[in-house]
Amino acid sequence: MKYLLPLFLFIALAVFLAIGLNLNPREIPSPLIDKPAPAFNLPILATPEQRLSQADLKGKVWLLNVWASWCVSCREEHPLLIELAKQNKALLVGLNYKDEIQAANGWLSKHGNPYNVSVMDADGRTGIDYGVYGVPETFVIDKRGVVRYKHTGPVQPGDLEKIFLPWIQQLEAESA
Amino acid sequence: MKFLYALMLSLLVYQARADIEYRDFKQPEQEQAYQTLISELRCLVCQNQTIADSNADLAKDLRRQVYEMLQQGKSRQDIVDFMTDRYGDFVMYKPALSLKTLLLWLGPVLFLVIGLATVWVLRSKPTGTEEALSKEQQAKLDSILDKGDDA
Repeated sequence: MKYLLPLFLFIALAVFLAIGLNLNPREIPSPLIDKPAPAFNLPILATPEQRLSQADLKGKVWLLNVWASWCVSCREEHPLLIELAKQNKALLVGLNYKDEIQAANGWLSKHGNPYNVSVMDADGRTGIDYGVYGVPETFVIDKRGVVRYKHTGPVQPGDLEKIFLPWIQQLEAESA
Repeated sequence: MKFLYALMLSLLVYQARADIEYRDFKQPEQEQAYQTLISELRCLVCQNQTIADSNADLAKDLRRQVYEMLQQGKSRQDIVDFMTDRYGDFVMYKPALSLKTLLLWLGPVLFLVIGLATVWVLRSKPTGTEEALSKEQQAKLDSILDKGDDA
């Protein structure tokens, strides 16, 4: 038995190391989950004289997708967002992060605009409030304005069916 | 050649620290607090650097945030709370001791204890293997040892 002890210790260590190696260090759990979505009141990209605040979205299930025209992996997830927009299941709000208004509008007209509305976070302060550290990021927010899920990095093929649509369905079923 | 070497070294030194913006502080304590804080906060983009060491955009924004909060008279704890509310404990290079970070803090001690316990178990006298030799075995052993002496 005692000769097996090193073997067990080795197996335990190997298991820990294997788990550690397979963790994604870029995936930082958001402390915002189950907390109210941080407040913002930002100019709308298409019509900068108008503003949108998170309070305007109360009573609706909405997704906040952080994007920028300079963000390479945003291009990767873009077709999926277009697909999501076509299904029209939830409001898709864009947070245009540290971008130039012309570059941002040009990007949308070139690649298509999946967003119901995009707001401009030119200096990145709202981004900091949402704990944004790697564009793109996507938050799922319920009818009460509470953040329920955060997706770091681009939305991957299959994520809509596996993650986002089930979340939207569940949150739509909840009362406001 | 020597010049080239010196140039390369100075480039390395230059690279080792991000260009720190010029900041105007009214009191030296405030500047001290700023320097301490930015070297304690982790850059979320380049995770093995502090925001003092990183040139990433986010690091610059967070340095600006720390500076502004200090200018507003916010305390160190206010700023730490602000950061952890948004980025979690991960943003601190030295996370506070809490239930969630307990394993992180006690882990090394825990492993040391496990290691020492293992050594102790393996070195403690094995039981049941030190039975006396039977008469027959003893005689055989003696004869082998005698022969060895003769040789």
